[in-house]
Amino acid sequence: MAITFTPAATRHSDRGGPAQPMLIVENLRKHFAIKADRIGQPGQTVKAVDGVSFAVAKGETLGIVGESGCGKSTLARLLMQLMGADDGSIVFDGDAVGEARGISVKELRRQMQMVFQDSYSSINPRLPIRDTISFAPIVHGMPKTQARALANQLLERVGLDPRQFGGRYPHQLSGGQRQRVNIARALALSPRLVVLDEAVSALDKSVEAQVLNLLSDLKDQLNLTYIFISHDLNVVQFIADRVLVMYLGRVMEVGPVEEIYKRPRHPYTRALLGSRLSMDPDERMATPPLSGDPPNPVNPPSGCRFRTRCPFAEDVCAGTLPSLADVGGGHQAACLMADPRSGHSRAGEFVEESLPC
Amino acid sequence: MLTQIPTQLSSIVDVDDLTVEFHGREGTVRPVNGVAFSLKAGEVLCILGESGSGKSVTLRALMRLLAPDRTRITGHVEVAGHDVLKASGRSMAALRGSTISMIFQEPMTAFDPVYTIGDQIAEMVAQHKGVSRRAGRTRALEMLELVQVPSAKRRLDAYPHELSGGLRQRAMIALALSCSPRVLLADEPTTALDATVQAQILLLLRSLQQELGMAVIFVTHDLGVAAEVSDRIAVMYAGRFVETGSVRDVLQDPVHPYTRGLLSSTVHGQPRGTRLQTIPGSPPDLRMLPPGCSFEPRCGEAIDRCRAAIPPPYTLKSGQCVRCVHAPQDLVPAE
Repeated sequence: MAITFTPAATRHSDRGGPAQPMLIVENLRKHFAIKADRIGQPGQTVKAVDGVSFAVAKGETLGIVGESGCGKSTLARLLMQLMGADDGSIVFDGDAVGEARGISVKELRRQMQMVFQDSYSSINPRLPIRDTISFAPIVHGMPKTQARALANQLLERVGLDPRQFGGRYPHQLSGGQRQRVNIARALALSPRLVVLDEAVSALDKSVEAQVLNLLSDLKDQLNLTYIFISHDLNVVQFIADRVLVMYLGRVMEVGPVEEIYKRPRHPYTRALLGSRLSMDPDERMATPPLSGDPPNPVNPPSGCRFRTRCPFAEDVCAGTLPSLADVGGGHQAACLMADPRSGHSRAGEFVEESLPC
Repeated sequence: MLTQIPTQLSSIVDVDDLTVEFHGREGTVRPVNGVAFSLKAGEVLCILGESGSGKSVTLRALMRLLAPDRTRITGHVEVAGHDVLKASGRSMAALRGSTISMIFQEPMTAFDPVYTIGDQIAEMVAQHKGVSRRAGRTRALEMLELVQVPSAKRRLDAYPHELSGGLRQRAMIALALSCSPRVLLADEPTTALDATVQAQILLLLRSLQQELGMAVIFVTHDLGVAAEVSDRIAVMYAGRFVETGSVRDVLQDPVHPYTRGLLSSTVHGQPRGTRLQTIPGSPPDLRMLPPGCSFEPRCGEAIDRCRAAIPPPYTLKSGQCVRCVHAPQDLVPAE
């Protein structure tokens, strides 16, 4: 039986047209309540994602960077509707998610898929990988034989010989091969948007490079849009078109990749970029760009979340929650120094020091 | 070999033909297959390798931390004049922590969760130095201040879970250094940390190493970390050092095809939209190593000689030592 694997664009119609962003996220919020551990003590909340807004254009790769606890994985789960948001809206290709005249969650998950960091725990250990890949198409109504043929095609597409690997179980594969299976599984419903949550972080460098090459090939061949979540700034610089920097549940800065890496406006972005290791023994780091650890997300600082570690923090930073201000070139930063009317003594007088890139 | 004698005398760690075998139900795994090196006092060696290359097992073998009933270690390991593989259990216990000490990737699992940080450091000092617990606590405070833990006095009474990741790793370093070891083994100590914290811990380790003059063996998979801290690098693949040399030579002028592949496949500033140079395939199964060079199945330059026997280490003029049959003919510049 000849079944051709059709690229996403032909299976799911491009409803909104090329100018309509693939995804618009508006003021997304997710707080987790922690039970009081002593009687009489008020319960606390973790503000994992606290008013995040952004848009992803069709065909682009949005990189999301940040340290542990910044809410980047919670954000990914909210986008996939793996957990419900407390507040905010998600619009997929012009259709509001989960609303009466919008797109249903089931349909959203056909068009948007996710690849997780841990390649082992995210596939069923008791199914041969061919069945793992054909599972979702069968659920969505594809006949079994057709789904199996599709699984074989997908295995081939991610670089695994279906005759050799199709019948294997996840534990019989290496980490890199398992991550290829995860990618194939995510592609089985011909999604248009793929959320990659630290998808290459657990892999060895030589394998990471193979998977990164595979991801960029698939993006071209299948017309995909990526949200690429990572803590590795070098990888994000290589793969992303635009970058969003998160810190304690808030967006600190967002913009085109060259802008963010060459002209970072937020002190946190600067520190993050300054913490990259040079790989050159003649250019070793002299002083660490930041001191201390990221604060506990349970009790984030008032005002600007970064002010407790920021070298430029002033009294005004404790009282005002900075919102994203336009700094030109499609580049926005949530820092009072980027906003000339904020009352910060350095407001507007942006220190122009170019970073070695 | 007259020139070898002075370095032999001043070396603090000497490892010769170290092999480690794990005997299990599913056969014998050979993670370390003939590792040899020596380390001078005050020198920092980085063992660089991917997962399963045997780098952590090598480190654990130096302190004999591997389960004795399932592990066979052969070869020769000498640390500060002590023959580690022949020492009795009691003398090993005396050696661990005082002469040779180790920090781990995950301090949360390395600390005992039910004792405070202060108690755990004090116990170690009391055990090795034979001093009172009170003196041990004084030393613990000193150590926490040395590793720049803020409000150190208060943190003495903190339990491991009450500290952030970066502080826990600082406390782990304080514990490891509390008895002034001459050799520190560091097993991926910054891998689990955030980028901004990793930078702080690396710089702390570097300055402590210089201040205290310890020899350090640093195990990592991260080229950036290796470039930041080490004097020498040993690149490990399938249980063997395939290339050793000064940090500059190995990173700027790599000779072994595996080292070159590793450098080119690591993403750092390659132009966007280009294809990354990768190493095809995946590392070999340590239960069934090929008879020749272990890298041969993935190597683009393999010839028949690679398959015949394990290439011996060749020393190049730069001082680099490379296990590759191509090294002597093609790569040494003619006189």
